Amino acid sequence: MVEIISFYVFAGLLLFAATMVITMKNPVHSALFLVMTFFNCAALWLMLEAEFLAITLVLVYVGAVMVLFLFVVMMLDINIARMREGFARYLPIAAVVAVILAVELILVVGPANFGLEQFAEPVRHAADYSNTRELGLILYTVYLYPFEIAAAILLVAIVAAISLTMRRREGTRHQDITKQVATKATDCVRVVKMESDTDYDGGSDA
Amino acid sequence: MIALSDYLIVSAILFSLSVAGIFINRKNIIILLMSVELMLLAVNMNFIAFSYYLNDTAGQVFVFFILTVAAAEAAIGLAILIVLFRKRHSINVDDISEMKG
Repeated sequence: MVEIISFYVFAGLLLFAATMVITMKNPVHSALFLVMTFFNCAALWLMLEAEFLAITLVLVYVGAVMVLFLFVVMMLDINIARMREGFARYLPIAAVVAVILAVELILVVGPANFGLEQFAEPVRHAADYSNTRELGLILYTVYLYPFEIAAAILLVAIVAAISLTMRRREGTRHQDITKQVATKATDCVRVVKMESDTDYDGGSDA
Repeated sequence: MIALSDYLIVSAILFSLSVAGIFINRKNIIILLMSVELMLLAVNMNFIAFSYYLNDTAGQVFVFFILTVAAAEAAIGLAILIVLFRKRHSINVDDISEMKG
């Protein structure tokens, strides 16, 4: 009973928050509602015994990706009014498409094909069952190669994001380490051959 | 008892909502990116629901990889957005369609 109530509460809040994400005027509010969506989704994943991924969703998405979103939204000075152009114009067609898509999907995945008769509810694991351990056992053996590729993708993402946003502005003074290290003595000191002064007059002209 | 179809229906509705979000917010790249995140979330929910009801951990491994790629995608997308804003002082989709494709 508790399970059913919590499922409907979390699912309802999830869909409510998702609706708010796509209809809010202010992108900051959208981002905050997206955080709420992720939290409710994490709760549903906990009910499906995917504890590790639920915590990862909160840590990675709410902790990193959404902070990045909020950071960008607040940093950029956007004209919200212009962004809303066409909102009312596309609302009907969007609603029609979404409803048709939802109805079709529900017809396919509905209780007729994926109900309790076809897929009985599995037995819950014991309290000392560790989802993280289970996931690690399979991830570091069977899926080791994809795991390495995922790490490489993250590295590429870091390099790409930094190299895209880094810029050198003209006129600012900064240190060029490569240039400093590569400097030779001949670049710094210029030896000038000149006649020596025979009659010294106090150094008025050098 | 909660059936597999209940979870699948929730994620189907979530997916449809994000498709609608792409339609109605087609000028605002930030909301478009958020809609894509919602779509990925719906797909992930399907994976986890199937993983639980079929008692197979492989589904969760796939979600793990989707989360990785989605995080990379969001980081690069927002980086591109910032570069765009620096050049144009606008992130409106209409101002960017220069290539007349």
